[in-house]
Amino acid sequence: MMIADAMEDEDKWLAEGIAGIQHNAFYMHRALDSNNLREALKYSAQLLSELRTSRLSPHKYYELYMRAFDELRKLEMFFKEEERHGCSVVDLYELVQHAGNILPRLYLLCTVGSVYIKSKEAPAKDVLKDLVEMCRGVQHPIRGLFLRSYLSQISRDKLPDIGSEYEGDGDTVMDAVEFVLQNFSEMNKLWVRMELQGPARERDKMEKERNELRDLVGKNLHVLSQIEGIDLELYKETVLPRVLEQVVNCKDELAQYYLMDCLIQVFPDEYHLQTLENLLGACPQLQPTVDIKTVLSQLMERLSSYAASSPEVQPEFLQVEAFAKLSSAIGKVIETQGDMPIVGAITLYVSLLTFTLRVHPDRLDYVDQVLGSCVKKLSNKPKLEDSRATKQVVALLSAPLEKYSDIVTSLTLSNYPRVMDHLDSGTNKIMAMVIIQSIMTNQACVSSADKVEVLFELIKGLIKDLEGDSEDELDEEDFNEEQNSVARVIHVLYNDDPEEMLKIICTVRKHIMTGGPKRLPFTVPPLVFSALKLIRQLQNQDGDAGGEEDPATPKKIFQLLNQTIEALSYVPAPELALRLYLQCAEAANDCDLEPVAYEFFTQAFVLYEEEIADSKAQVTAIHLIIGTLQRTNVFGVENRDTLTHKATGYSAKLLKKPDQCRAVYACSHLFWVDDQDGIKDGERVLLCLKRSLRIANAAQQMANVARGSSGPVTLFVEILNKYLYYFEKGNPQITSAAIQGLIELIKTEMQSDTATPDQISDAFFACTLRYIQFQKQKGGAMGDKFNAIKV
Amino acid sequence: MECELIFSVFVDQNYILGAFKPSCNISITLNDAKTRKQVPLKKENGQTAMVPLFQSQETIAGKISVEPVQGKKVEHNGIKIELLGQIEIYFDRGNFYDFTSLVRELDVPGEIYERKTFPFEFSTVEMPYETYNGVNVRLRYVLKVTINRGYAGSITHYQDFVIRNYSPPPSINNSIKMEVGIEDCLHIEFEYNKSKYHLKDVIIGKIYFLLVRIKLKNMDLEIRRRESTGSGANTHVETETLAKFELMDGAPVRGESIPIRLFLSPYELTPTHHNINNKFSVKYYLNLVLVDEEDRRYFKQQEITIYRTAETSS
Repeated sequence: MMIADAMEDEDKWLAEGIAGIQHNAFYMHRALDSNNLREALKYSAQLLSELRTSRLSPHKYYELYMRAFDELRKLEMFFKEEERHGCSVVDLYELVQHAGNILPRLYLLCTVGSVYIKSKEAPAKDVLKDLVEMCRGVQHPIRGLFLRSYLSQISRDKLPDIGSEYEGDGDTVMDAVEFVLQNFSEMNKLWVRMELQGPARERDKMEKERNELRDLVGKNLHVLSQIEGIDLELYKETVLPRVLEQVVNCKDELAQYYLMDCLIQVFPDEYHLQTLENLLGACPQLQPTVDIKTVLSQLMERLSSYAASSPEVQPEFLQVEAFAKLSSAIGKVIETQGDMPIVGAITLYVSLLTFTLRVHPDRLDYVDQVLGSCVKKLSNKPKLEDSRATKQVVALLSAPLEKYSDIVTSLTLSNYPRVMDHLDSGTNKIMAMVIIQSIMTNQACVSSADKVEVLFELIKGLIKDLEGDSEDELDEEDFNEEQNSVARVIHVLYNDDPEEMLKIICTVRKHIMTGGPKRLPFTVPPLVFSALKLIRQLQNQDGDAGGEEDPATPKKIFQLLNQTIEALSYVPAPELALRLYLQCAEAANDCDLEPVAYEFFTQAFVLYEEEIADSKAQVTAIHLIIGTLQRTNVFGVENRDTLTHKATGYSAKLLKKPDQCRAVYACSHLFWVDDQDGIKDGERVLLCLKRSLRIANAAQQMANVARGSSGPVTLFVEILNKYLYYFEKGNPQITSAAIQGLIELIKTEMQSDTATPDQISDAFFACTLRYIQFQKQKGGAMGDKFNAIKV
Repeated sequence: MECELIFSVFVDQNYILGAFKPSCNISITLNDAKTRKQVPLKKENGQTAMVPLFQSQETIAGKISVEPVQGKKVEHNGIKIELLGQIEIYFDRGNFYDFTSLVRELDVPGEIYERKTFPFEFSTVEMPYETYNGVNVRLRYVLKVTINRGYAGSITHYQDFVIRNYSPPPSINNSIKMEVGIEDCLHIEFEYNKSKYHLKDVIIGKIYFLLVRIKLKNMDLEIRRRESTGSGANTHVETETLAKFELMDGAPVRGESIPIRLFLSPYELTPTHHNINNKFSVKYYLNLVLVDEEDRRYFKQQEITIYRTAETSS
């Protein structure tokens, strides 16, 4: 209510002020029309008296000021034409000073002053100096600011700048600079004073109002930057020190922040670069609450854009040691501003890092140095809990990754992991993911054990449980995602040199072994495959790698793998382990290492026996074993017999009859390898098939007993297919008669009363018959062979 | 620009018997009327008239012309012209005090039938005091023509003129510099560039704020005139503020210095007068006034001397 009233009042006062201006403007225009100087002065002074109000907020005051400003333009036109009023400009300059009230007097003085300079009857510098001095009389912040703003406005095209028509003798630019600097300083003082004068409870309002006025002050810096005559030296020796002095001494947060920002924005980058020391020197002297980080970030942002603008400026950066200066300035700022929240400090480092990366991409030591400073700042502090701070750390750590598409570069930064140590585990993981993603998107290749070591140190948040991790908070989906990422990373760790590669593998192994049961299932497989890849590589180039001393022998690697896979049994993940063993066995087979392969099979069988209890898993496992064994040709008769025997034995012991049946007929392949030198033991094949037939029969009967209907005939059809396969492959033990018999059997089963109609089996059988038909029609030797079968 | 200076178409008449109409016109014409500078002078009736300007040691010469009204004759016991310097103190019931009185007899007793002129001259007259029009006192110079007619009463005619005396610039003219204040509240140092100013001078100076603990609103510089008349127990003092000139708007902080530049020409000032013929004095003061937000006034008054320099032009 109060506020609403206050605003209403203000509108009223503004309206009154405007009316006052309009009223007097009317009479002033009349005086101007009749060239009556005395009246014109009288009414213009009255008009300007409206600006003496203290009741308006800056915003409204500005409105009033603009009205008066327009009128003053007309008055100035009149002053310019001496023949109209018959008073020389010098006399006029005195005449307006007769006004009793200071504000109208000074507005009029500035207006005449403008004409005075234009007339060139006095040097511009003298008039300007007089004006800027006289304006001291207005000490009221808002009125003073607007008055001086008016002065700045009317003088900006009349400065005695080099090349300007008002250029004087001697050190003329200096006069222009002095003038603007003085006006700037005074305006800033007035502006700062607003803060001090308001009562405490109105601070916020005051702050807002002040903010509205800041451009009036900043405008001066803009004017300065437009002065042609300010070269680097003048800027360095005079302009910058003076501006900084004012900024530092005003001890006002808002002003310091705004003016530093302004300074950086209005002057050329080249100047900043060459005066970096002075500019940065001011930073630690600012108030502790000033948002210096934004200021410095802006500066660095600009400088890096400048560096990017042309390659020729690069040496300048080196020459002035831009990095060292920025770095030390940031250090000092952080040191002096003890209250600066940690996020501020880190943000500064991020900016510095970005700067370094853009300006000195070749200087890794700089990057490391920045990270080092950050570590120093973070040390002796608990882990970061401020989410904004951690975000900044992530930004800090991500920056080098983005810059150097080759992750390896980042890995050489010794401080990188130390920074990561300060993240809480959640963020640490996020960061690790960022690193991994960076590796993936850049398809980088990490090719030495040392780097792998560093990399794993960095992503250790994903590799093992860190202290403070609470289990229950983990989201399973995230966890899987993370571990899959780790698995992917393992694949890109690669070196052509087997020895180095082995080292890499060992390193990886060392790390992932610490991962605990939840991670191992994700991380072991890629490691195993990576190792197997190495083995294959070794095998391809064997011969020269024959020395016993050579550590990178397949045998050795297999040993390692054995141990590695064994770890899975503690997880436990027997099925996975089994698969991996089989993979290894196959690889050993390729390497002609019979004992090794045998060992792996043994391990697989042990697992099967002891760990795999689920019947479904057993089925899968046994088929895997069979498949692998079938392809293995390294074994001597004895070993092979042992293994095949085992396999068939386990097959027949599966829980469900159909599973037994299928496993057993699969075992038949163990005795018939369709290779040049493969085993072709037709007899044992037949044995297997017959056995499976028996089992199928049993299954059928069990179905009858249990459900009163026969089971599907699918099993028979499947066996029939096996028969046909071997028949075709020329197994002498498989005769057309046997096939014939089997077909009959199936037909009978299908037509039996109790048979359950089963479309799938029917179709399967029909297809099989059609195949036989097809083979018959093909003619030739095969056709003849098949013709023996009667369908 | 030329103009014939014929003063006074009007004749002071003495109606003692009430039966006489003015019997003649008297006029005074100065010899150098065409070139003599004229200045405005405020008369008793409040109107302003242009009158000739002289300074001390000048010769005042001219002609008196007496012209009887058509068909009448003026009988008289002699005609004289007086140059009077008078001080008139208002509260003293209009008593004139003549500090200068010179007489020239123009005619012996006789009769005048037609217009007659008489030359007169007061050479190198000592007129040390300037014409002054104050609140309680007036110093004036007048030429008085008297046609003495005995029983019929005299016919008199007055012509005012103005005396301005010029001084050379003072050989010693120190600045006024002073530090004043209220303990722990306000300390200022001010400086006026001179202590003696001529009438068209400019006061230049500055005020330096050493300590400000009160909330000031503004600061003015006043020019005050202190006119004292009479002497001893009968002294009357009248103070007028002739100028009120705002020097500062708003509240300064410690360390600020505020410039002063005050042109004296727009104000109606006179030179400082010291004890003119033991009758009156006129002194000038600069009064620096600081006003705080509660409209309390803090001031410091300093006397300045005002003098007149010869005007170079116009």
